Amino acid sequence: MFKEEFEKHDWDEVQASIYAKTAVDVERALNKSRRDLEDFKALISPAAAPYLEQMAQISHRITQKRFGKTMQLYAPLYLSNECQNICTYCGFSYDNKLRRKTLSGVEMLQEAEYLKQQGFEHVLLVTGEATKTVGVEYLRDAIRLLRPHFANISIEVQPLDEDEYRILAAEGLYAVLVYQETYHKDNYKTYHPKGKKSNFDYRLDTPDRLGAAGIHKIGLGVLIGLEDWRADNFYTALHVGYLERKFWQTRYSISFPRLRPATGLIEPKVVITDKELVQLICAWRIFNEEIELSISTRENEVFRNHVVKLGATTMSAGSKTNPGGYAVEPESLEQFEIDDSRTVAEVKQMIERSGYKAVWKDWEQFATIEKV
Amino acid sequence: MNKMHESNNDGADALIIAGKAFSSRLLTGTGKFGNHHTMEEALLASGTELVTVALKRVSMDGEDDDILQHLHHTHINLLPNTSGVRNAEEAIFAAHLAREALQTNWLKLEIHPDPKYLMPDPIETLKAAEKLVKDGFIVLPYIHADPVLCKRLEEVGVAAVMPLGAPIGSNMGLKTLEFLQIIIEQSNVPVIVDAGIGAPSHAAAAMEIGAHAVLVNTAIAVAGDPVRMATAFKLAVEAGRMAYLAKLGIVKAYAESSSPLTEFLN
Repeated sequence: MFKEEFEKHDWDEVQASIYAKTAVDVERALNKSRRDLEDFKALISPAAAPYLEQMAQISHRITQKRFGKTMQLYAPLYLSNECQNICTYCGFSYDNKLRRKTLSGVEMLQEAEYLKQQGFEHVLLVTGEATKTVGVEYLRDAIRLLRPHFANISIEVQPLDEDEYRILAAEGLYAVLVYQETYHKDNYKTYHPKGKKSNFDYRLDTPDRLGAAGIHKIGLGVLIGLEDWRADNFYTALHVGYLERKFWQTRYSISFPRLRPATGLIEPKVVITDKELVQLICAWRIFNEEIELSISTRENEVFRNHVVKLGATTMSAGSKTNPGGYAVEPESLEQFEIDDSRTVAEVKQMIERSGYKAVWKDWEQFATIEKV
Repeated sequence: MNKMHESNNDGADALIIAGKAFSSRLLTGTGKFGNHHTMEEALLASGTELVTVALKRVSMDGEDDDILQHLHHTHINLLPNTSGVRNAEEAIFAAHLAREALQTNWLKLEIHPDPKYLMPDPIETLKAAEKLVKDGFIVLPYIHADPVLCKRLEEVGVAAVMPLGAPIGSNMGLKTLEFLQIIIEQSNVPVIVDAGIGAPSHAAAAMEIGAHAVLVNTAIAVAGDPVRMATAFKLAVEAGRMAYLAKLGIVKAYAESSSPLTEFLN
């Protein structure tokens, strides 16, 4: 399990070694054809800041070579905001006063109908962690219901056991996104004081269980704003490297969620500037040429317009982060504020103006779905 | 099964795959283009007559699929590919889906369970090819430049073999040159060099060593001017083929001015 690998790397030492990287380390990393973790450290270090344009040029070139002039579009579909966890940064936190809602099957189809009309074929189902109402049976039924309407279904829900993932995979589930939030084990507990999510180790080994269950794609990432984003991203890279060697048939994607204002929540402890986020995105691309990089509507218009050419391969558009937000009850409270509130059509136009093609469908279920 | 009809240089030099004649020896892909209009223009400029389409990108429910609309030209034949499958079972499922959706029994069989370098799985490919040939498909498998595997595939009845020059989308050129030469020498079916061709000079080099055709996607789609690059590839493939038919001179590693070792015999 990744835990063993993780424990070999002390947070403070990792952090110190990133900050000790020099211009020479950065230049060496930029001029290699294959980069290792030490090179990644150099690319995310403060020493790489003056090389931003050069990094962007390299990232742009290798992203086009691998992914072409395309941008995959997806939509999040929030199924429930019920949650038994207390997470100090999340709008759905258990101690946060808001009306809780879990979509029924009929409501899911209403939301799906809306997203289909927008053109979406890839959909990400999102829930909080409320195992009694939104357990594996609920998720199984949701996938079974929605599967005929979309080419590709992913989930971002509470971590599950391997057997539970197998049940969902058999329904045609493609990908699972599970963000560690932070790899700083001591402080993790302060952000997640109550609920199942406060178990750092169970969350840390979730990708191992996903790989073992044969899920096609695993999405990783940290919540930027909690701890030093450089050290946290080093651990993410370490995690991906471990997984790539162990589960070589699985795809991986990385997200860069920045802590956004939400009702009744903590302020970010660490702020990443736009420049630094671009550096981080380019560093990931240069380090791992094949990995998918995803940018959500948490980011603003201007940033998203430019990031199309910088290394991102996947984007959400027209997102709502409240259950029923598209069609059922558009006025309810969101998990976090959306910054890019353009319509799907406007985002598509922006992508096309950049000389890119918006891709709606890039998956086909090449197996008969088992009917239980 | 599918014997090649190697033509001489004064007759029509057609590429024959499964009994069907093609005048172009440049196969192209449809991925990675910035828009479908540019894709269509580039494919027309390339003169290609056989174009791969990723089944996973095509919408199966509608008749007016985005990509397919731009491929409606009488000289363009579709070659559906199975990109995205991880094993023989999924490939066979995909092949039947493709035959139904695209109304063709031609198939580019590609099974790359490794999503990082997209390396083809030889074992699953051979298994799937054998079954699909029996099911009546015209199978063109994407494989590593492995001469023994090529012979095994030929024995189960594939219509051509498509060994890689380098990893897909890498633009690295003919990294497998020595093995491609063995494959070409031994093959009784057309050899189409697929993947890794990043420049017209690489395509010409493949044709010069006797490859029957090449497949190019990334190098055209991602070029600054895809239409012009498509034309460049068309010319390079034609030039390479012509050079092959004209018989290249021998490359000499040494000069031949005197014969110090054998002079005493004179």
